[in-house]
Amino acid sequence: MSARAETGLWLTQRVSAAVLALCVAAHLVTIVLAVQGGLSAAEILGRTRGSAAWAAFYATFVLAAAIHAPIGLRTVARETLGWRGPTLEAAAAAVGVALAAMGWRAVAGLFA
Amino acid sequence: MRAAGAASRWPARGHAGFWAFAAHRVSGVALTLFLPAHFWALGQAIRGEAALDGFLHWAERPSVKAAEFALVILLATHLTGGLRLLALEFLPWSDRQKTVLALAAGATLAVALAFLLSLV
Repeated sequence: MSARAETGLWLTQRVSAAVLALCVAAHLVTIVLAVQGGLSAAEILGRTRGSAAWAAFYATFVLAAAIHAPIGLRTVARETLGWRGPTLEAAAAAVGVALAAMGWRAVAGLFA
Repeated sequence: MRAAGAASRWPARGHAGFWAFAAHRVSGVALTLFLPAHFWALGQAIRGEAALDGFLHWAERPSVKAAEFALVILLATHLTGGLRLLALEFLPWSDRQKTVLALAAGATLAVALAFLLSLV
């Protein structure tokens, strides 16, 4: 991969990290509040069903994670395993696509 | 940190920054491995409220609760470690790395304790 592309990935990783920082902070607060008194499907779905705001939040969260995680895994694979080349790029892209698909499916399930 | 690593595979081992780097890596990989399971579990909602409740009931067992606690710690660790990295890379704070590290550790502990207290 060219130096320009590597720089692009590095910047994409930082931008997605900044988005995730906000999402994760909100997620942690939601977790701490939601687990009080136990979790139930009615409680979770009561919050998310039909809520465009929660759907937009989680869809953005999923997108940022689906971008951030494979770039991070790619770096770890290169530096720890010495894995490089087109197979690594393809594997990282596949992880990103799979995470986005699974995550958005879950968001759809919670919203619809 | 990457630039410093040009000379050896694991730079500055034993330095506080190395452990911050290692914790960030381990938590990041662990969270990535967890995500598919998380999405699958939440995706149960597609099959209806009863299916999601079925999963939540299963998740009541102590071993799953312990795993959830570990996951929250991992998430807080990766969040605070990531904020530290962003600060080091984009803010002129290089002389204050230890302060940032301490703040990251403190915030991690605070979030973990808040979660623990909410469980009691």
